[in-house]
Amino acid sequence: MKTFRGKTLSWHVADGTIELSLDRAPCNEIGTETLAELENFVTALDSLQREAHALIISSARKEGFCAGADLRELYRRSQAMPPAERLSGVRDFLERIHRVMNALDAAPLVTIAAVHGVTFGGGFELALVCDLIVADKMARFCFPELRLGLIPGFGGIPRLKRDLGNAVVRDLLLTGRSINATKAQSVGLVSQVAAEGDALRVARATAAQIGKFDRDTTIAAKIFIKPLAHDELRREIDVFCKLFTRPAVEAGLRKFVESTDALPYLP
Amino acid sequence: MTTLDKTTDEILQLAAEHFKVPRERLSPSDDFFKKLGINSLQALDLLTRLEQHFRIELPDYELQGVSDFRTLAERIQSRL
Repeated sequence: MKTFRGKTLSWHVADGTIELSLDRAPCNEIGTETLAELENFVTALDSLQREAHALIISSARKEGFCAGADLRELYRRSQAMPPAERLSGVRDFLERIHRVMNALDAAPLVTIAAVHGVTFGGGFELALVCDLIVADKMARFCFPELRLGLIPGFGGIPRLKRDLGNAVVRDLLLTGRSINATKAQSVGLVSQVAAEGDALRVARATAAQIGKFDRDTTIAAKIFIKPLAHDELRREIDVFCKLFTRPAVEAGLRKFVESTDALPYLP
Repeated sequence: MTTLDKTTDEILQLAAEHFKVPRERLSPSDDFFKKLGINSLQALDLLTRLEQHFRIELPDYELQGVSDFRTLAERIQSRL
């Protein structure tokens, strides 16, 4: 299907570029609905990629690219399950999202995340699967999971380690602080910083440039230079699941869910 | 090095312009969440603009417990 409009995202192909646009209020939080539509996209990608040389992932929400996992849904669903089933439910979700992330990471075309605003947690992880990140100057990147007694669970740690020096990885993970696009570019995370609101235009220009090269050569180069630490990704799921059963996590999630701020992003 | 008063004034000016509030309605002791009518997402936006304006990096955890412009200015001043 060359075009699709779902409840949480849409995609279309134009000028040899697949554009996947996230659009779920308030800030593209990734829950079961988004996961299902991402799975559909990955299935469709198999045929879409034959007509394209690039994939751009962006957000239609003014608040930002993606605020991460839908913690309200996670809390609600886990509370509705018998305690004995909560962990298997979480593990199932993680394994599904990892399959999606791994498929996007290894996709046989150049992938570009065009981000703005809040790019937190699972949203940051979605950007990290892409070959390039183009950020508008108001983008902020953050792994806030430690604030909830967790670690990133969508494959973020192995991907962050792939891309950045360990000192920066420790800084981001252990402080849970957010960094702006300028800082993100200075440490090598972001390839280009665009003016406010211009990330998608810059991503399209980058995709057009990439489209000038022989596609097979580009894919061979990508496979050669972009490793995927499958063992470490599996270990991340195990560590996340082990942490998830702790009372501190339930307390942290409850506090987040009970916050009166619709978007409780400050530490 | 700029003085704390100058830093505070620049913050008030930037906040007034961005959130379209008359500058004369803002004072250093004001609670910026209430006075500007902003939520935490907009506060992050303000943080990014302040980092760009002052050419500093200010970890968002430094804003814990900070809600008035003067204290925000002190945090920024310590990075100049």
